[in-house]
Amino acid sequence: MSDTTELTMLQAVNEALHLEMARDDRVVVLGQDVARNGGVFRATEGLFEKFGEDRVVDTPLSEGVIVGAAVGLAMSGLVPVAEIQFLGFSYQAMHQVAGQVARLRYRSQGRFEPAITIRSPFGGGVRTPELHSDSLEGQLANVPGLKVVMPATASDAKGLLSSSIRDPDPVLFLEPLRGYRGIRGDVPDGEHLVPLGEARMARRGDDLVIIAWSYLVEMACRVSDALADEGLSVAVLDLRCLAPLDLAAIAAAVDHCGRVVVVEEASQTGGFAGEVVATIVEECFWSLEAPVVRVSGLDVPYPVGMVEDAFVPDEARITAAVRRTLETA
Amino acid sequence: MAQPSDDQLRAILVDMVGARVQARRLWNLQRQGQVGTLAPIDGHEAAIAATAHALDPEQDWILPQYREPLALQRFGSEVLDRYLLYNVGHPAGSHLPPTVRVAPLQISLATQIPHAVGLAWGMTLQNQPGVVTVFFGDGSSSEGDFYEAGNLAGVLGVPVIFLCINNQWAISTPLHQQTAAETIAAKAAAFGMPGFTVDGNDAAAMYDAVNEARTRALAGQGPTLIEAHLYRLGAHTTADDPTRYVPAEELEEARRNDPIDRLRAHLVERGLWDDGAHAATEAESLARFEEARRNDPIDRLRAHLVERGLWDDGAHAATEAESLARFDEAFDRARATPIAPDAVLDHCTTVDSQRLARQRALLLDPEGAES
Repeated sequence: MSDTTELTMLQAVNEALHLEMARDDRVVVLGQDVARNGGVFRATEGLFEKFGEDRVVDTPLSEGVIVGAAVGLAMSGLVPVAEIQFLGFSYQAMHQVAGQVARLRYRSQGRFEPAITIRSPFGGGVRTPELHSDSLEGQLANVPGLKVVMPATASDAKGLLSSSIRDPDPVLFLEPLRGYRGIRGDVPDGEHLVPLGEARMARRGDDLVIIAWSYLVEMACRVSDALADEGLSVAVLDLRCLAPLDLAAIAAAVDHCGRVVVVEEASQTGGFAGEVVATIVEECFWSLEAPVVRVSGLDVPYPVGMVEDAFVPDEARITAAVRRTLETA
Repeated sequence: MAQPSDDQLRAILVDMVGARVQARRLWNLQRQGQVGTLAPIDGHEAAIAATAHALDPEQDWILPQYREPLALQRFGSEVLDRYLLYNVGHPAGSHLPPTVRVAPLQISLATQIPHAVGLAWGMTLQNQPGVVTVFFGDGSSSEGDFYEAGNLAGVLGVPVIFLCINNQWAISTPLHQQTAAETIAAKAAAFGMPGFTVDGNDAAAMYDAVNEARTRALAGQGPTLIEAHLYRLGAHTTADDPTRYVPAEELEEARRNDPIDRLRAHLVERGLWDDGAHAATEAESLARFEEARRNDPIDRLRAHLVERGLWDDGAHAATEAESLARFDEAFDRARATPIAPDAVLDHCTTVDSQRLARQRALLLDPEGAES
């Protein structure tokens, strides 16, 4: 077994970038403040010094052309890793993300390989200004052709980012702001790959399964651990990727537990938790022992700091949903 | 200055005549319901064909908007075949072979401009020679992507030719409602790159301008914005009725309303102009007007080559006949190209997700149960 080192999620992201740039000289990193400054969160720290100004490039403040230029870089045979500084600002690039990146292979019928990774921090809990906390994964997962990858642990951040950069399809790699320094754990040294599209059982359990992704997996695990003290056995399934979605893992967990709570940070209406519930209804309706419950963000724009805690699902809301679902006859 | 040779002008005219006659055939096929909505090329032939001839198909790239393919024959005969597949709605219509350095059509305006910058950037990083020419229109020059891409291209100094086909109309929106700038080329100043306005109906001038921009780009002197000034002679698309908004006398009026009257008064007052000079100039201008009113780039280049003994009616008819014959052959092939029942799902991602795999199974076996 290889050695491990305890890293924050941010350090894990940085390590994956270093390893992939060293492994494949086609990999180029572009975005705002990614070079000399090492990224506003330091995710790209050290890349500029190590790999030089041709491969680590500060762009103008211009989300559309960061993503649009990545399309052309991929057409030329390079492997661009673009950073959008906050996912909320990808609205200013969505015409390139959904209209161009996602369609390049399909439109060219396989001639062009959009081996593009777009990294972006997202999510709340850190009292940011407007549009810095938005969770857009449901909107992105609804775009055919995109892979949407959302790690919940430091180890997965490294392993999934390496896999994303090597993947021939375009990947939206979404990094939870709260997790950058708030999530840490043992990460395998050296090359570490986690396949895209395989969910992970974060906690084993028999009575109910919480299905989550990204930072809320951490929260669901805390809920599971606390309820274990009361003798309740609550599993936590970490989806890891929303697209491709691991249908089999969802079905297996629901078949085993019979009761489900799906948690997400995004607004509820039209969100990805609804997709998970629909999948459960299609795959394993007869295994259900209680109605499926969603715990989501509210159906308002992501709010300002003083009311932020009312928006983001917390342990209390998740725990209440779990108890209610367990109590249903 | 690098004027095209007589042979090059002749080759450009062949492509222009071909594009015109093929475009008319395509229009008729659309009216018969045999192909989908398309954007005719009428009036744009010189700007597009001359540009293609100023580039090197072995190393340069063209990223089209959507009106260009019929005049891009220099970049490979497959362009026509694929364009017809595209127009009959076959998925292979956007799959150009690797030897053809032309990107597939994409309809969202201006979004291809950032791609051109990235492509040229990637070529530079990999020490590949060549320039990337990206076509877009006067309407596209209002899009954010144009400004973002121009700005980045200027910063990076990459080998891109921004080729704005200013045909005066974005569907029904005239240029003066598109921009208050005197020219679109003037916007190059904001990107820190040179910008030129060229008579887009003058094939030699277009060739010269593109050639010069290409030489600069290859010498590492960065991008250029070229505004090809011309007039859309046809409809925006087969779904458009331009008689609702294009003033029939517009070209004539533009010349009549020339601020020349002010200059005339000024010069008469100083004894530098008189009615005789004016009448003579008017006669010459009217003669020029008659020629310009046709404003047909094919006729202009044709007359030039006929004058020099390089073209005649026989060559013209033969070029038309050959182009049409080739078109008919390619069209028949397009219609007969087979298509698998699950082809709609191909090339979206490299591996089918579990969902896609099920959707594929259902297409292959429609009797299978939806799960």
